[in-house]
Amino acid sequence: MFDTSATDPSEGLPPAISVRGLHKRFGDFEAVRGIDFEVATGETFGFLGPNGAGKSTTINMLCTLMKPSGGAATVAGHDVVRERDEVRRNIGLVFQDTTLDGYLSAEQNLRLHAELYGVPRETVGPRMRQVMEMVGLWERRASLVNTFSGGMKRRLEIARGLLHSPRVLFLDEPTIGLDPQTRSSIWNYISQLGEAEDITIFLTTHYMDEAEYCERIAIMDQGAIIVLDTPEALKESVGQDRVQIHTDDDPSAIAALRERFGIEAKMSEELVTFGVPLGEEFVPRLFDEWDPAHPPIKSVSVSRPSLDDVFMSYTGSTIRDAESSGGNDHLRHVARMMGS
Amino acid sequence: MATAVARVRVPARTLHSELRAIESVWRRELIRFSRDRLRLVTSLVQPFLFLFVLGTGLSRLASSGTHGVNFRTFVYPGVLCMAVMFIAMFSAASIVWDREFGFLREMMVAPVRRSSLVLGKCLGGTTVAAFEGAIVIAIGPLVGVPYTIALVLEVFALQLLLAFTITAFGVMAAARVAQMQSFMALTQMVVLPMFFISGALFPVSGLPPWLAVLNRLDPLTYAVDPMRRLVFSHLDISAAARRALDPGVTWWGWHVPTLLEAAVVALLGLVMLFVAILEFSRAE
Repeated sequence: MFDTSATDPSEGLPPAISVRGLHKRFGDFEAVRGIDFEVATGETFGFLGPNGAGKSTTINMLCTLMKPSGGAATVAGHDVVRERDEVRRNIGLVFQDTTLDGYLSAEQNLRLHAELYGVPRETVGPRMRQVMEMVGLWERRASLVNTFSGGMKRRLEIARGLLHSPRVLFLDEPTIGLDPQTRSSIWNYISQLGEAEDITIFLTTHYMDEAEYCERIAIMDQGAIIVLDTPEALKESVGQDRVQIHTDDDPSAIAALRERFGIEAKMSEELVTFGVPLGEEFVPRLFDEWDPAHPPIKSVSVSRPSLDDVFMSYTGSTIRDAESSGGNDHLRHVARMMGS
Repeated sequence: MATAVARVRVPARTLHSELRAIESVWRRELIRFSRDRLRLVTSLVQPFLFLFVLGTGLSRLASSGTHGVNFRTFVYPGVLCMAVMFIAMFSAASIVWDREFGFLREMMVAPVRRSSLVLGKCLGGTTVAAFEGAIVIAIGPLVGVPYTIALVLEVFALQLLLAFTITAFGVMAAARVAQMQSFMALTQMVVLPMFFISGALFPVSGLPPWLAVLNRLDPLTYAVDPMRRLVFSHLDISAAARRALDPGVTWWGWHVPTLLEAAVVALLGLVMLFVAILEFSRAE
């Protein structure tokens, strides 16, 4: 269905993640409806979609926390059902909700992790220092985790996820609930990681701007992968600039656009929104031909296609709209309970 | 950045790695306990109340029936058992916290056996409970317990066994109970009835049949009775007093030996540990 080989940065190496017909059912609800994809070794791959799209369920299956209802998946070359231990040894996890022990110091949390993962004793010390320096927490190693801010906790979890040098790092909504500044600093760490460590990163997000950091993204909606490609290719596939105009009477402006220019406009972010191939050249024409009888245009903006537009063109709604209708907190909760 | 320094290879699962996992889970319990000074103090309030307030108050009423033995000495073995039980249950409750705060997930995805995690938890809870028990042991002389080194060691060993069994029970229950409030309610519901029925406050001979049956079914009976036997064996009292206050547990008239009583406690603990391991292994 998707041609993944064209953008594969490391041809020849076996894929870090390979998924075939993966399925997950909760009762009669299909959370994941048979998805296929491959992630190349060393790639940063993102799952983009609204809450409730099935991203976390997929990640839970890949991390061996949940058994698939059907299909197969391998991570780091190991089957997620039959070779669970092998998979676990080769992956690092950063969950949506924090899984640190707040009553232990940062260092004690990491040490416990090293012990559980059987990291050789003589390498625990240097490795701990290395990952903590990477996320800028080495100075705070003796502090109780309870005294950390949300962003620091997330950074510590990333450090912990890396401690045992996993081949694949899973990040489930790594920046959810963080302020924009902290979000961008987390992303700095993640991008550095790709360079410093020989690691494949698989992440989920419902922030469009964050998906830009990924080498390839899969847009997921209602349990299925709608499209999978590089962010650039996806934006090109939309092929149109986005024009938004602000008027006093939006319905008649939409009608006017249809009659006069043959353009189907929609309301988005409370503005009349439509796509045209060359936005800048369209704007003068718009004003020339805009009938004085039409509601006057108060402002106009033109933008290159964003992932928002990609999402909209493939799913027919914005991610925020999809969220308010499709967000399924109950299922998330169920998934979490089963995950533990 | 010198990344080559410390790239780690995680070796395959071995007995050694499982032992490391057990040890690290155990150590975590101790670190958390040592940070929690309040718990150390509050958990000692109850045994002091029972020994010094209830014990002193009731001794005026009970003096006619104790053949001259200090009533506080009489209830001491039961109070020690109760203290150990409460601490052991609170230690096991940390699993419920761990689930609520997500930390349980961090442990559950680690490439180690679930049995190692459960065993580490049980040993951690046992150690913490035994530590609190040691404090109650230390106040023994205040209520007329004539401690010798041998007696201290024996009492300590027995309360260690009880601590293990109750922690195993708590961990088993924690596999099923999702909320802290429910777990606390369960603790109250289990510990106090077990304490009252066990004969911690009264001799277990000549009870009405319904209470005798409940008493023989109460696992704590098999810890309180040998504990009292240990303490009383060091008291200088008349044979009549011994018969009245330390009659021993009987099954259909058969006197249950002390070692068998300890074995009952140990067996229960092992069974519950096993069930706890099963429950956590199932929760994939």
